[in-house]
Parts: sequence; C-alpha cells; structure tokens
Amino acid sequence: MLSSTAKNLYWMGRYLQRAKSTARLIEATQRMALQSRGEEAAGVAAIFGMEDEFRQSQAQGERLASLIDFLVIDENNPSSIVNSIAAARRNAREERNNITVDVWESLNALWLELSARLHGNRATLDRGALIESVKKQAVMIFGAAQVTLLRDEANNFLQLGAFLERADNTGRILDVKFHLLRPDGNPSAEGLDYFAWSELLACVGAVRTYRRIYRSALNPMKVAELMMLRRDVPRSVHHCLWMVDLNMRELADAYGTRGEADRLAGELHARLRYARIDKVFEIGLANFLGQLRGDIGTLSDEIGRQFLLD
Amino acid sequence: MAAKAFDEMNSGTDGSVRVPYRGVADWLARTSPERLEATRREVDLFYRRHGITFGAYGAAEGSETTIPFDIIPRVIAYDEWQFLHKGLSQRVRALNAFLTDAYGQREICRAGIIPEEQILMNGEFVAMAQGLQLPGGVHAHIAGIDLVRVGEKDFYVLEDNVRTPSGVSYVLENREVMMRLAPELFAAMSVLPVADYSEELLATLRSVSFSDGHEPNVVLLTPGHYNSAYFEHAFLADEMGIELVKGSDLFVDESRVYMRTPRGPQRVDVIYRRVDDAFLDPLAMRPDSFLGVAGLLGALRAGRVNIVNALGNGVADDKSTYTYVPEMVRFYLGEEPILQNVPTWRCDRADDYKYVLEHLSEIVVKEVHGSGGKGMLVGPTSSKAEIEEFTALLKARPDNYIAQPTLALSTCPTFVSQGVAPRHVDLRPFVLSGKKITIVPGGLTRVALKEGSLVVNSSQGGGTKDTWVLAPDQADDR
Repeated sequence: MLSSTAKNLYWMGRYLQRAKSTARLIEATQRMALQSRGEEAAGVAAIFGMEDEFRQSQAQGERLASLIDFLVIDENNPSSIVNSIAAARRNAREERNNITVDVWESLNALWLELSARLHGNRATLDRGALIESVKKQAVMIFGAAQVTLLRDEANNFLQLGAFLERADNTGRILDVKFHLLRPDGNPSAEGLDYFAWSELLACVGAVRTYRRIYRSALNPMKVAELMMLRRDVPRSVHHCLWMVDLNMRELADAYGTRGEADRLAGELHARLRYARIDKVFEIGLANFLGQLRGDIGTLSDEIGRQFLLD
Repeated sequence: MAAKAFDEMNSGTDGSVRVPYRGVADWLARTSPERLEATRREVDLFYRRHGITFGAYGAAEGSETTIPFDIIPRVIAYDEWQFLHKGLSQRVRALNAFLTDAYGQREICRAGIIPEEQILMNGEFVAMAQGLQLPGGVHAHIAGIDLVRVGEKDFYVLEDNVRTPSGVSYVLENREVMMRLAPELFAAMSVLPVADYSEELLATLRSVSFSDGHEPNVVLLTPGHYNSAYFEHAFLADEMGIELVKGSDLFVDESRVYMRTPRGPQRVDVIYRRVDDAFLDPLAMRPDSFLGVAGLLGALRAGRVNIVNALGNGVADDKSTYTYVPEMVRFYLGEEPILQNVPTWRCDRADDYKYVLEHLSEIVVKEVHGSGGKGMLVGPTSSKAEIEEFTALLKARPDNYIAQPTLALSTCPTFVSQGVAPRHVDLRPFVLSGKKITIVPGGLTRVALKEGSLVVNSSQGGGTKDTWVLAPDQADDR
C-alpha cells in the first residue's frame, strides 16, 4: 500500500467523523435552544473556538442561525459539514480502488445528495433534513466499512483517522461545555440544570446510555466519567484511544517497526484506562483534558511523521 | 447520408432483420417504450451512483458527467468477429514491428517504403527511445483500433491508437449494467464474456517485465483524479489488484524505481502509465511536469523498469503514418492486410491537396495529430462559413491535414428521445500484446446520438453501447 493511500484513508476517516460529530452537536444544540433561553449557541461557538466572532453578531436567534450555517454549509469554513463530506469524498475518490464499492457508493450517494440540496434555493434549504441525512449516512458509510473492508493496513488507517478525530471531538465538547456549566470545576450535583447536562450527553448520543449505566439522576462527575473514561461507551475518549492503540499495534505487527506514535498511543490509552474520575477532579478536569487534548494533537502529528510522509 | 447507411439490424436481404440481431429485435418488439425509458433512467442513476463519470480538466467537482449509455446492444456474429480478430492481430503485430524498427535500424526507410523524415521529423518521435531493447519487442502493449463498418462484409480501420487508448472500462461496466437490466436478453442469446480483460491485461503487463527471477511489481500511473479518464484508471487498478500511483508516489534511486509506502520503499518493475510521454519525466521531457517521476527514463534505459505503452508510440498512430500501415503489414509480415484502410488523401502531397481543396464539401478532413473529434471538418454536414474557415487553416499548413471520403458508417437501433431509431456507430476493440496477443471479444461501441451525426466521440455528444459477440453455436449470419 502507498503512503498516499494511507494518508487519504486516514483523512477520509477524520473528515467523515468530523462531519458526523458536528451534525450531532448542532442537533443537540438546536433542541436545547428550543427548550431554554440559555446561551446555547455561544457554547457551541466556544467548542469551535469562535466565541468572539459569535458575540459580535446581533440577535440571539439570528446568531444561532448564522452559526449553524457556518458549521453546515459555509464554503469558507474548511470544517463545515459540507466541506468535510466533500473532502472525505475526494479522499475516497482517489482511493476508490482501495475501498469497497459499498463504502464508495454510500459516501458518493451522500455527497450527491448534499450537492443536490445545495444546488437549490439557499433560503428554503432544509438544514435539519441535511443534518439528519449526514448523521444517518455517516453511520451507513462506517457500517459499510465495518462489514466489507478487508482487515488490512488500509482499514487500520481509516479507523485511526476516525477514532482519533472522535477522541478529539468528545474531549473538546466535554472540556468546553463543562467549563461553561461549571466554571469553578465543581462536580457536585447541586443546583444542576437538567436540560443543559442532558444536552451535553446528547452531543455524544449518550442520554439513554447514561441511564442504562448509572440508573440514577444526572451528576456532572458521572457525565464526565461516561464521556471520558468508560471503555464500553463507543464515543468515550477512552474507547476511541483504545481503538487507536489497537490499530497502531496491528500496523506495528504488520510492519515490524515501532516509533514515537506507537509509544504515545499506548501511553494515552493506558492513561485513560487506569484513570479514576475522583482523582481527575482532584487535579482538575480542565487540567486533565487540556493535557489530554494537547497529547492527542501530538499523536496526530507523530502518525503523520511515522507513516504518511507529511 | 443516413438513408444509404448499412443498418446492422435491418439491412438483411429484402430489409429483413439480420440473423445476429433476431434476439434483439424480438426483445425490442416485446418491450414497451415506457419500459425502455424507465430502464434508461435506471442506467443513468446507476452510473452516477457508481461515480462512473468523466470530467474535463479544470472543471469543478460538481461538473462530473456520465457518458450516455444506450441500452440496445450492438451485436457481432461469431464469424464476423473471427475475421476482425485475425485482422486486428495482424495489424498490431505489424505496428509493433514498425515501432521496433522505427527506434532501431529503420529498415523500412532503407527499403524505400517510408521516408525517414516521416519518423524522425514527427513531433511524436522520442529521441531518448532510440535503440531501446524492450522485452518481447513490444511497444504497443495495449492498442485500441477504431473500426467502422459500411456494409455486410466491409470493415475499415479508421485509426490506430497505440499511445494510451482509453475506454475499456466502459466495455466492462456496460456489460455489468446490461446483465443487470436485461437478463432475459442474455438468456435468449449466448454472448461471449468480456470480464477476463483485467486478468489478461495483468498477465500482459507482467509478461513484459525486464526482471526475471522475481515476481514483477506492476503499478498503474495516473495523472490524478482531475484527469477525465481517472475513473478508468482507478477501475483497472482495482480490477487488477495493483497500486494506482501518481508521480509523487514514485521516486528513482540508482536507476531503480520505488514507490513510497508506510513500510518504506518498494521496487516497481512495470509501469502501466496513463500519462502522456511529455509529462513522464521532468528531467528528460517537459521540466514543468508535476505528473511524472524524475529519472524515470534513466531507469528505463538502464533496463530496470518497463513503461507500458512504450515511449514515442505516436510515430505509429498519427493520421499521416496511418496511410503506410498496409505497407508495414506486407514489409514486416510478408502478408496481405486483412483489414483495409479508409482511402486517405495526404494534404502534403500536391495532387491530393488539390483534390481535397476542390472537394471539401464532400469529404472529412482531419488534423494529423488531432484526437477526440476536434480539429476536424465533416464536409457534408458543415456550413459554408465553417468550410471557409477550415480552408484557411488547411492552406496555412497542408502537411498538418489528411482527408478521407465521408463513409456511411453503419447504424444500429438506438433508444433516443423519439423512440428507437438508427444511429451511426464505430467500434474500438482493445488488443493486448505481451508474450502473446489477446483480444477480448467485442470492444467499445461508440454511437453518435444526434440524428445523422457521424461524430461518435464522447466529448462531442457521443454515447456507448454494450458490444455483443455471439458464441459460435448460434445461427450463422447468412
């Protein structure tokens, strides 16, 4: 397999996951905005590191709409859903000989659908339907990869991209939202705004999961534990870094070599595997997540250096 | 024009349906226009979903279009195919012998058959290929020979394509589509399969490696996904299970070619390139090329990598060399040509030039190096202004043009907006040459969808059809 193939598949995984995470985040935010008068949009803006631009715009309602457009269809935002899908499709098209027809066709179908939607009148564009499509189809595409792709290095790179992106997305959402809801970092359930905390879970699609696991009322410490440390929650940072480590090990076995990226992946996996949520809050969630997000970024760079010839 | 043309379905004795087309005629009679229309829409959707598209260079991503596919197959009887097969093999053997000679001793020039300047002054001549000893003496490993039919037994070669002929992916995909859409038709007629093309292509590529002793590593070199034929490049690489590489994936070290992989460099032995000569090696050819590999020609000359098709093949397939191909068959093979050329006037010859100028409104004039249906004049369907414009071009550079009589290309029933109607077709079979010659039955049938039009190129509104060569046990075309 070529290095350029590894690179395309890695980025296909990242972009597809990014579009999917963004779609879910917007949906949770919109639902929240319907039920409360809170500054929901500001929270989302903060997740994307653009709260300043956001505060400069006018009315709250308009702000939310323009933020959503920025995240969904803005051509100047390289991470907008539409741009992410186009980028994933570009990566896939260059590698269509290395992915299965099922994966290619499901991604191409999504891209064709988005193109058709964007081709029409922007004023009447149904953003909700578009977001719904992206969410559904992304699951189909990953599902097609799951059941049809040969379990070889190409698949490892696709998985690496998707899980690394997802680890980053979950870590970022938890970091920013937790800080907004509890600026002092206090994890106790006192004075808890039920809607705000369930929205945070909804961002990673884990409201029901929370109930299944804890069978108790919402509690910030448990929310953080679920999103970060639960290995059995497929969007938790731990689960994602476990998968990253697993794919790195498979590549190391196939290539017979190891490097800094392997060490760091193992270290990050171990850090989350053996972490305890009460200890995390002793050093401060913001500290822990800040360090973790920085290390995930470094891991991404090291993967690029080690395999993809950046 | 169209009235005189030989119709491959309906030009049987007394206007009856020709035998090879009986199955198709029955199917058409049974199938309602609504059903055909529904099928046609299904096909377009299928091609788009598969992303079987072509887009012109520089076009925005949204502008990918599909080549129209006509759902009525074009049928060739087994004995007709046997005749074509023999003729095609012979012609490609002669072209390969010529290319070896053109970059060797040029015996054919010494024998006074082809003037040496026809080769040496040709813009497509690649001096760096002079004297190269290629495995098996093969230069044109993949040849697309364009054929037209004008009568029951009259086939002509319209042009030879021995540089990087494309279109074979449509042969394979069209068949897939037809089997899905009209299984009942396949049940009624026994059609020779085409699906083994990729396997034959891979065997051909492997058989022309310089290296012996180790398994040759074969790759397909593409200009990238902006190329109009990118779909085909990816399709063939996938079918053959080989790497699809761009120039940036390869590098040359000590005259060996390697590809970059996460495991480290891996050797490459044969490059099936779909990049034009001029862009292959920025050190040897165009220095501004980003599509090639620096040092590639050095590796070729060192006998470390073979490039397929060979460099400089353009000297054998331009429209002025074309006129010599029957002579090549006689000279190199000592045989009489089985397939005929279309009579051709060469505008660099005074008598021919005079004739062409006087008959512009009746004939077809083509640029010597033109392709894709551009740079040509179809006299009978051109306006006075167009003819005048072309006359100026012709007078400025007579040696840049050849002319041929307007052939009444055969027609096939085709599903168009008015229903089923005859449209003109040609045929491009693909001839593989390695240790042996292989031709997958049939080839790409291109059809001019506009009524009366003789231009079948996809860039000029042409479409394609599935081409069926019937198995020998079927009723003969008599």
